[in-house]
Amino acid sequence: MTIQTQTHPENERQQPESCLLPPVDVTEDVSGITLYADFPGVPKERLKLQVEAQTLTIEGELTLDVPEGMEAVHVEVAHPRFRRVFTLSKELDSERVSADFNQGVLKIRIPKTAHAQPRKVSIQVE
Amino acid sequence: MIYRTLFPRDMFAELDRLQRDLAQAFELSPSIRGTARGGFPGVNVGNTQKSVEVYVFVPGIEPGDLEVQLEKGVLTIAGTRKPPFSDGSGEKVTAHIDERFSGRFRRVIALPDDLSPDAVEARYRDGVLHVSIPRREAALPRRITIQ
Repeated sequence: MTIQTQTHPENERQQPESCLLPPVDVTEDVSGITLYADFPGVPKERLKLQVEAQTLTIEGELTLDVPEGMEAVHVEVAHPRFRRVFTLSKELDSERVSADFNQGVLKIRIPKTAHAQPRKVSIQVE
Repeated sequence: MIYRTLFPRDMFAELDRLQRDLAQAFELSPSIRGTARGGFPGVNVGNTQKSVEVYVFVPGIEPGDLEVQLEKGVLTIAGTRKPPFSDGSGEKVTAHIDERFSGRFRRVIALPDDLSPDAVEARYRDGVLHVSIPRREAALPRRITIQ
């Protein structure tokens, strides 16, 4: 009998390096959810947006033009990476997510699926 | 009628305040303008031999709405950031998370003395205002030749 040893890719993955949580606003209206997130200093090509199953991941890498030989004397934005993960609920249509990125602000629109649109429920009182 | 919960609703605000109090208590000589960390906008400052570089993290603002002032060695950055909800279509909108700063802000940064304020450069890109202030010629390090 042979025992197979398999390495799981999950175990080999390195510890996620520390990153900043971008502040967000989330609003909901009848047709869907809108999310705004601050990614200052992240150029468009360094922004990553991923919807996988019920998980929305937003990630960005900070890119500043730093002159040669600069020495930081005061640092408030201390990590070069922003990352945040959200769990979506099932009435949201993850196939039709749209996004817009302008001056460091990411706007994501996640519409609700057609059958999740509101219906008036009449309540019967007996 | 208020339905009470186990935790106060603004528990995070309380924790925030506690953290600030602690930071203030433990910092031996805080800046005269208070502990700046955690405010909006975030600021990074760096030095080079030729200049001082200030990075202000103010995403989502029209460059025209930013006021940058340099007076007597003090750099002031002020402006207003609009809340995203004011689309005002009359539709019912529920805010679930509201973390992003909105409203008027102002940050004041004291700079070293050896700068020449006439040659300031300010650029706004990807939501970051980058102010570069060169040092005065006389203040630049000079190599002294030995005879």
